[in-house]
Amino acid sequence: MNVAVLQFPGSNCDQDAFHLFASGLRVPTRYLWHKETALGAPDLVVVPGGFSYGDYLRCGAIARFSPVMAAVKEFAGAGGLVLGICNGFQILCEAGLLPGALIRNTSLEYRCQTCELKVEASTATFNPAAIGAAVRLPIGHGEGNYRIDEAGRARLEANRQVLLRYVDNPNGSLAAIAGVRSEQGNVFGMMPHPDRAFERFHPSQDGLAVARSVLATRFPELLRQAG
Amino acid sequence: MSAAAPTPPVPPAASALPANPDPLLNQPITPALVKQHGLLPDEYAVIERTLGRTPTLTELGIFSVMWSEHCSYKNTRVLLKGFPTEKKGPTEKFGKVLVKAGEENAGIIDVGDGWAIAFKIESHNHPSAIEPFEGAATGVGGIIRDIFTMGARPVLLTNSLRFGELDSPATKRLLRGVVSGIAHYGNCVGVPTVAGDIYFDRSYEGNPLVNALCLGTLRHDQIRRGAAKGVGNPVYYVGAATGRDGLGGAAFASKELSAESKADRPAVQKGDPFMEKLLIEACLEMMAVPGLVVGIQDMGAAGLTCSTCETASRGGAGIEIELDRVPQRETGMNSYEIMLSESQERMLVIVQRGREREIEAIFAKWDLHASHVGEVTATGRMVVRQHGILVADIPAPALTDEAPLYRREGREAPAMAALRAWTPAQLPDLDARGAQAALPRLLGHPTIASKRWIYRQYDHMVQHGTVVLPGSDAGVVRLRLGDRDRFIAISNDCNGRYCFLNPHRGALIAMVECLRNLACAGARALAMTDNLNFGNPYKPENFFQLQECVRGLAEACRHFDLPVVGGNVSLYNESPEGAIDPTPTVSVVGLIEEERHITRQFVTAADQRLILFGGAPTELGGSQFLGLVHGLKMGDAPAVDLGAELQLQNLLLAEIAAGHVAAAHDLSEGGLLVAVSEMLFGPERSFGATISLQGLGAPRLDALLYGESQGRALVAVRPGDAAAVLAAAAKGGVPAQVIGQVTDEPILAAETSALALRWAVAELRRGWETTIEEAMRRPGLST
Repeated sequence: MNVAVLQFPGSNCDQDAFHLFASGLRVPTRYLWHKETALGAPDLVVVPGGFSYGDYLRCGAIARFSPVMAAVKEFAGAGGLVLGICNGFQILCEAGLLPGALIRNTSLEYRCQTCELKVEASTATFNPAAIGAAVRLPIGHGEGNYRIDEAGRARLEANRQVLLRYVDNPNGSLAAIAGVRSEQGNVFGMMPHPDRAFERFHPSQDGLAVARSVLATRFPELLRQAG
Repeated sequence: MSAAAPTPPVPPAASALPANPDPLLNQPITPALVKQHGLLPDEYAVIERTLGRTPTLTELGIFSVMWSEHCSYKNTRVLLKGFPTEKKGPTEKFGKVLVKAGEENAGIIDVGDGWAIAFKIESHNHPSAIEPFEGAATGVGGIIRDIFTMGARPVLLTNSLRFGELDSPATKRLLRGVVSGIAHYGNCVGVPTVAGDIYFDRSYEGNPLVNALCLGTLRHDQIRRGAAKGVGNPVYYVGAATGRDGLGGAAFASKELSAESKADRPAVQKGDPFMEKLLIEACLEMMAVPGLVVGIQDMGAAGLTCSTCETASRGGAGIEIELDRVPQRETGMNSYEIMLSESQERMLVIVQRGREREIEAIFAKWDLHASHVGEVTATGRMVVRQHGILVADIPAPALTDEAPLYRREGREAPAMAALRAWTPAQLPDLDARGAQAALPRLLGHPTIASKRWIYRQYDHMVQHGTVVLPGSDAGVVRLRLGDRDRFIAISNDCNGRYCFLNPHRGALIAMVECLRNLACAGARALAMTDNLNFGNPYKPENFFQLQECVRGLAEACRHFDLPVVGGNVSLYNESPEGAIDPTPTVSVVGLIEEERHITRQFVTAADQRLILFGGAPTELGGSQFLGLVHGLKMGDAPAVDLGAELQLQNLLLAEIAAGHVAAAHDLSEGGLLVAVSEMLFGPERSFGATISLQGLGAPRLDALLYGESQGRALVAVRPGDAAAVLAAAAKGGVPAQVIGQVTDEPILAAETSALALRWAVAELRRGWETTIEEAMRRPGLST
């Protein structure tokens, strides 16, 4: 098993995502520079948080053109596991790997706080039974307000593509959506940070269960090991 | 008051530098032009003597920024020599000063196992007054560069802010701009803002203070110096291109703000945190290559000018550069503009000769400029050419070590003695209604109220090392040092009100409060950095405040054996209303020996006993209570007993290590009941408490409940541990009493010999939590 954490210019949660998997879940993990064109056969690609290219245009709008993204698209198209956190979620939406878009918080301010989230029954491994009905995860974003058109929303709900919903919506997201997956169930994106919720001194350790459930899409034995 | 710069013998009259084809650069140097550059006639005479000729306009500009207070510390350097820069006590395990204050961009302290921390605080007051968003943002960017230029990876930020009263629209505009500027820069660059302090007081109206601190970690062998060495070594310019922004910012920071200051807006720089992030990564990657970097310095205040002459001067060498090779983002910039630009996110790097390709490859990877602009020479001179024409040729030390030095005259304003002599004797003591009303008022004052509206806009969790989130006495961060975790705490403090009334005591209090905060978090202090924010030093009453505050800080540092690792001086903090309250902001970093010692200010269970260390508060002078309830800024600042403070810190640390302390919080602004309330406002839930103050024997009720006597702290302990804690206090010479216990029912009940008071904690908390949010609410927007 191996996890590849992408690094774009301006990624700044790359270390956080790295340690979530390397120290938290003890999975072999490596960084992958955005100018690479080959992924090197990872089991999971993580697109971490940050401000790729400064996010001076729409968040993630430039990162989707980075050389590595062509390989990520191909990888995802072939069923490869991809997880986008925060700016990574924005990039995956911009790249068309996930539905919807993220716009400015209704407060027009950045928000860094810990949020209560409801876990949706989405996949065989990502559901309340595997993770718990509710989790607490930090957020840190100025543009986490999830938007999608009505037809798209209906499709999301019908396919159970919503992963997480805010209990107290901190950014104005439609239907309090905090995270979604692709229809095929191999690309995951979320604004909350499981990579800030795994050390014993973090506000919670729920990030471990969330990350494990994503990995378990391909390695179901992980859930059994975790009990 | 006299120029102390050495007067070199007048060399034989040399002809001026060759005429410049640009008529702008060829204009005659008139007394008016000299004055416009903020230079005194005496200072100009020294320049002519040093050069042996008339300076060019470019040279005049170079001298003016290098001899500004901001770069030269000409009015303060003499005072700053009083600070201890080394630790006297044992430093085998940690605490040794590896790079001293003033040697480099930031000082460095050993934290053990071959690792070290670099940290420093710096102000961006004037730019923030004019353009709050960019001013604050570039303040953050500048201090981050000071840290990574030392070879350290930036791991945390803090800030210390001062504004006028929050009911003024101007303050709201400044606060919103400054907070979003800090957030914009710090969040994007990916360094968590983990702590801060903020005061709202009329004296800062029109002249807010924005002090930003950065701390970074590095291995001892990664320490880099800002020195140009090795004749023939290439000099590189890396990072963003140079524009016309921030022209003469250092000189602008060295004068008073006035109605015309808005015209100085071009002197405010524009920040690009994305560029900074790339620069951090590229520079750290470059510095990790053994032997590649000879010297490195950021281009902060006075930009290319300061970085070239300072590196040359430190290295005992010269530097020659050609401005045509400097990346420029505007066309037609002349040498004056390029040399004085304070465009952000630029660094000067001296590379080992023959290894040019290595640095160029690293910067190409990060898509950044790395331009070979010149060479290190043996001449000791800073030589600048543009289009091949000589535009400046100055001995480097003349700009740095030999800059003028003054000892200004300090004389206290005559009215101060009377203000200090004021006592509350004429003031009626509190009755039941007054005592009841004062607590919610104090908790609802923005200086005391929750700062959640501010810190939730800062990413305080990135790098996943933040242990104690903003809102407790000190920020606590886990440092990942190789395979080992280390925990540090950091706290900023300074109560300008105390410093106004009694500058010496006020400075002592800033230090002891910082140290108490750290002790309450379970941390032993390592070193301090300070930001001296004062008015115009040419006014004797301002210089008096400055010298008294510096004396206080130095005295406290020596008493606690705390080295000063660096800092910043910001003078001319005046608006048309007058000077700000003197504000020597102090920031201390402490080490927490074991993870289990990390302590927060919040009580954690009902029945915990509240123990007051230090005895009943008895003073009212300079208190928030006096200001808020009686509209007075009077009396003497509270007394300080450094010996008692040390005993208190030792007691707190020992009892925390013994596992007896569930929560600890120091008494500061607002006094005893405010401190109790703050302990009850837990992040997860509120508790109540029943307090009995009958046994404390205080002469005045207002001073007991709301006075700000120093050397006090509250701890919450399990009922079974109370006896042991009281015994330890007795042994440690610290007065201690159980004053109450924590209750599940969220009611705060306090009994004195005269009164019984009761508050619903939910109501107290609502006022405390929403004051700033409500003031800053924008119509039509949800929070």
